[in-house]
Amino acid sequence: MSATILVWAVTISQLFLALAALCCVVRLFRGPRAQDRVLALDALYVCAMLILLTFGIRTGSTLYFEAALVIALLGFVSTSALAKFLMRGEVIE
Amino acid sequence: MSAAADLPLWAALLVALLLLLGSGLTLLGAIGLVRLDSFYKRVHSPTMGTTWGTGGILLASMLFFTMTEGRPVLHELLIAVFVTVTTPVTLMLLARAALYRDRTEQSPHVPTFTAVSERSSEVVENGKPGEPGEPG
Repeated sequence: MSATILVWAVTISQLFLALAALCCVVRLFRGPRAQDRVLALDALYVCAMLILLTFGIRTGSTLYFEAALVIALLGFVSTSALAKFLMRGEVIE
Repeated sequence: MSAAADLPLWAALLVALLLLLGSGLTLLGAIGLVRLDSFYKRVHSPTMGTTWGTGGILLASMLFFTMTEGRPVLHELLIAVFVTVTTPVTLMLLARAALYRDRTEQSPHVPTFTAVSERSSEVVENGKPGEPGEPG
């Protein structure tokens, strides 16, 4: 019983997260200016991290946690570097 | 899902509820990212995914692994703290960069540098702001 509930919940939440990632990709391609694309990339990073966490619940292995942590770290670094680039024209001055 | 079979029913229901809450809020934030019409409105919507979206799924993961492994598994707190600390920093950097770009192009939707400096000197002289807050 509880296995059935969990399989359905994980499947539906993965569907929701995939749709969310699709929305981010739409904004990434459509975004009128560069800051919209950077914002969409940041949201896409978060969606990918959450999808990995739901994969961890589905398989019952804690290995996916490490990948999600790395994605969170890289998302922060890349978004702040891109914002710095939009602001100043170069990342490290 | 071999380990999930021996999960008690209340824990499975709670994990399912938290998963659906988190992923549903993330989806709402992403829909807002597509549908809102200006950048300064859009910059707010992914924060739904980074606050309760991440929080719900991380709580579900913590509860699931705590119940299946029979010991407290709290390392998801690391991601939660990290995302909570870094999201305002990145979005504020991005919004300031966008504001700078819009002002240097003299876009009509944001206050210019001179308008802001005049308004702030007016505040200093009169002791009260003339306009209730700047848009954007």
